[in-house]
Amino acid sequence: MAIFSVYVINKAGGLIYQYDNYVPRTEVEKTFSFPLDIVLKIHDDKVVVSFGQRDGIRVGHAVLSINGVDVNGKNTAEGKEILEYLKDASNYPVSIRFGRARLSSNEKLMLASMFHSLFAIGSQLSPEAGSSGIEMLETDMFKLHCFQTLTGIKFIVLADPRQSGIDALLRKIYEIYSDFALKNPFYSLEMPIRCELFDQNLKSALEIAEKAGTFGPGS
Amino acid sequence: MTVHNLYIFDRNGTCLHYSEWNRKKQAGISKEEEFKLMYGMLFSIRSFVSKMSPLDMKDGFIAFQTSRYKLHYYETPTGIKLVMNTDLGVPNCRDILHQLYSTVYVEYIVKNPLCMLGETLQSELFSSRLDSFIRALPFFSVRAA
Repeated sequence: MAIFSVYVINKAGGLIYQYDNYVPRTEVEKTFSFPLDIVLKIHDDKVVVSFGQRDGIRVGHAVLSINGVDVNGKNTAEGKEILEYLKDASNYPVSIRFGRARLSSNEKLMLASMFHSLFAIGSQLSPEAGSSGIEMLETDMFKLHCFQTLTGIKFIVLADPRQSGIDALLRKIYEIYSDFALKNPFYSLEMPIRCELFDQNLKSALEIAEKAGTFGPGS
Repeated sequence: MTVHNLYIFDRNGTCLHYSEWNRKKQAGISKEEEFKLMYGMLFSIRSFVSKMSPLDMKDGFIAFQTSRYKLHYYETPTGIKLVMNTDLGVPNCRDILHQLYSTVYVEYIVKNPLCMLGETLQSELFSSRLDSFIRALPFFSVRAA
C-alpha cells in the first residue's frame, strides 16, 4: 500500500509542484552475447525494446545502463551511439540493464497539461448534468485521484489501487498548500511552489496517510 | 443505479455502435463530433496511463469517475473498444463488458458474414440483443436513482 506521487496543477494547466514519494523500479540486468536477440529502436531520445520480450524484459523498457555505466539518452556515457555500439561484435559480451524509463521533468509537465485537458473533456462528455471533471481514474496498477478547488487548482495523487483515505489526504494537501504556500509572502500565485515548509509538511502528511491514520484538527 | 449509454469503437476510431438508455444531458455538439471527442479522449487517456504508470501494466486503463458518472472501458486485443457510462453506484464492469463482447458482439457481428469490418453495425438482431443484455443487468433500472 503506497502513495506514488503528488502533482499540483495551476488554473492554466501548468504543473507547479511535483513530488515522487515512492517509485517502484523494476530493472533487469543481463549479460548478452553477439548477436543481440532483442530488437531495439530509438523512441523519444531513448533506446527502447521493440521486440524480443523475455525474462522480465518487456516491450517498452528502455536501456538504462551498459556494463554498469548509465547511458545518456541514445548515446553511451562516452558519447557513442548505443545502436552502433551494440551492432559491433567486438564489444560483446555486454551487460545491459533494462527497465521502465524514468519520466523527465519535461514529460511530467506535458502529462500534467494533458490531464488538465482530459479533466475538462470528462466533464463535457458527461451524460448527466452538473458533472465535475475526472475525480478518480483507475487502472490495474495505480489509481489517480484528483481534487479541483474552487480557484481552479488541481491536486493529483497517484496511489496503489488498494490505498484508502486519499480524499482526506487531498483535502489535507489543500490545507498545507494554503498554509505554507499561499500565506508565504514570497510566493506568487500560479507559479512553481518552492517553499520548504510546504515540502516538509507534505512529506509528513503522506507518511500519515500511508500508515492509514486520520488527520486531527491540530495536525 | 443505471446505465446511461454505450459506445463501441473499432481500432481506427470509427464508432460502430452507440445506444443510450438514460441520458439527461447532451454534449452540445453533433453526434459525429462527440464520437471523435470520446475516441480522442480515450486514446489520450491510454497514452497518459502508460507513461504515468509506475509499473508495467497488464490491463491498462479500466475506468474513471467524476462527481456524477462513471465511465467503464474495455478493449479487446483486436482494438474493439467498449465504453459504458453508468452512474456512480456501479462496481467494476470489466467482466460485464467482456461478456457483452463475447456473447453479443462475437455471436451477432463477427459470425455474421454480411457485416463488414469498419462499418457501423446495422444488424437489428445485434441491437435488440445488446438492448436486452443491458436491460438484464442487475444494476440497470429505467429511472436513475
